[in-house]
Amino acid sequence: MAGEIVQGFIQAIQLILSRDPEVIQITILSLEISLASTLLSACIAIPLGALLYYYNFPGKRAVVNLVQTLYALPTVIAGLFLFLLISNQGPLGFFHLLYTAPGMIIAQMILVIPLIIGLTFAALSSINPEMRQTVLSLGATTVQSLWTLIGEARFGILAAVILGFGRAISEVGAAMIIGGNIRGYTRVLTTAISLETSVGDFALAIALGFILLSVAVIVNVALNLVQSGSMWQSSQWTS
Amino acid sequence: MIETENLSKRYGEREILREISFSIRDGEIFGLIGPSGSGKSTLLRLLDLIEMPTRGSLSILGEDALSRDARFRLRRRMAMLSQKPVIFARTVSENIAIGMKYRKASQATIHERVSQALRDIGLPGYAERPARTLSGGEAQRVALARAMVTDPEILFLDEPTANLDPHSVEKIEEIILRLNRDSGTTVVVSTHDMLQGQRLAGRMGVIMEGELPQIGTTVEIFHRPATKNIARFVQVANILDGTITEHYGGEVSVDISGKTFCAVSPMNPGKQVNILFRAEDVTIGLDGNSRTSARNVYPGRIARLMPSGPFVHVVIDCGFDITGLVTLRSVEDLGLTPGKDVWVSVKATAIHVLPLEK
Repeated sequence: MAGEIVQGFIQAIQLILSRDPEVIQITILSLEISLASTLLSACIAIPLGALLYYYNFPGKRAVVNLVQTLYALPTVIAGLFLFLLISNQGPLGFFHLLYTAPGMIIAQMILVIPLIIGLTFAALSSINPEMRQTVLSLGATTVQSLWTLIGEARFGILAAVILGFGRAISEVGAAMIIGGNIRGYTRVLTTAISLETSVGDFALAIALGFILLSVAVIVNVALNLVQSGSMWQSSQWTS
Repeated sequence: MIETENLSKRYGEREILREISFSIRDGEIFGLIGPSGSGKSTLLRLLDLIEMPTRGSLSILGEDALSRDARFRLRRRMAMLSQKPVIFARTVSENIAIGMKYRKASQATIHERVSQALRDIGLPGYAERPARTLSGGEAQRVALARAMVTDPEILFLDEPTANLDPHSVEKIEEIILRLNRDSGTTVVVSTHDMLQGQRLAGRMGVIMEGELPQIGTTVEIFHRPATKNIARFVQVANILDGTITEHYGGEVSVDISGKTFCAVSPMNPGKQVNILFRAEDVTIGLDGNSRTSARNVYPGRIARLMPSGPFVHVVIDCGFDITGLVTLRSVEDLGLTPGKDVWVSVKATAIHVLPLEK
């Protein structure tokens, strides 16, 4: 077994260095799907998070709690829920999204949107509460106010988007259920690792694992850079 | 220009403002003075329409300011500078331009006005600096420029110079006065520094514990405060209890611990009163007959001297304490020292009489 693992590592490095077409195709598809789901989620979730911050309404606290609870929504549950909606017998079956990349993007969005809404809300809540009154006093419309406040919380919101991407690229449950792990079509890093491990092709699994880890490291470095940017900004806070 | 009637504000159980009714005239600088926490900031936020009153009515620039559609329109004709201004995490020029951007001013206009504003506030060459690296005084000037460039018809200033260095205070006061003079901007400025109120404002309102007990010129408020509390706040040094014994031709005699004070008042004999006069209205002399036309002249002995910059407060025991204010030079010339016998005199017209408060 130990020999197999060592062998696997060596072959994995060879696969990466030789730019194995399958490895590259899976990696690019993974990045495409997760980037698309994160960016689409951001377009929806940042405005929603800002509205949640801006308006006071009865039950607001409960909505925030619900959103935060959804951070931990198990990916297979999200996959199952979407499967029931978009399978051929489901109410949205006519879109034929099951076992497609767009279907996987939607699945990841279900996981990422609550995260970005909640963290956008938190980022806005951490800015000086008087800023909102200042913006109003300066003559902003509601849309202009929201835009200015989002700009002020940009580091926190960018961190939310990066974390969202991290959740999207690393999840396996929803990608497996909705994508179906079809080679060359819906097979992404996580589902491929899962499959190759189960069939004993450790070399490919380890190679893909390396790449996934590298993506995780890059995401983490980006997050740290953003956070140090925001710390620099708050250290510049005078009066 | 601004008219309020019975304006009240409550946060939960706490009533911050009660039944505030007053009006501010077009083009004037109106001061709101009062101790910290008396409700000045809340009143300014109501007038700037960023908070809604719990009760009462408010009319600004001839419109019912509390109606929903008027609020946004009116906000764009006014501006506010708060004690701790919010500075955006952008450059100085972006901070100054933000109100103009909201109003969709052209890039050329924005550029020209920001450059002019930076010169006006004495910070040319600061345009591209991150605004949050500025000192407190500089940040306050940038916030003032940000308010000014939108050409507000009414400018609200909430303790604009609290905790600033003297140079920044002078600069900001100069800008406010110039803005009022050159552009005719109506200015409402709150301050707990009554001397600043006096330097800037023509008329002032006094806010005490959420109420507005007096509005008047600075002379009226400093010399004829409406209540004992206001007298204390505007630092009337001499507040004495007594009883009116006589009334003749608009003047009264007031008995204070066996000594008689003459004052101008319409009140009738038998009434218990407070008499108030400022330390600077007290004349101190070495003999009782010398060169004074004052009606109230009493012998006393200096109890203590309290220096205050180039002036000295001299407390004289005349059977009750009377505090006078003289220059440091006079203290030396007259040889005023504790224990020395002197004469104090106060003109009848300098004394303000109030019914005794329970």
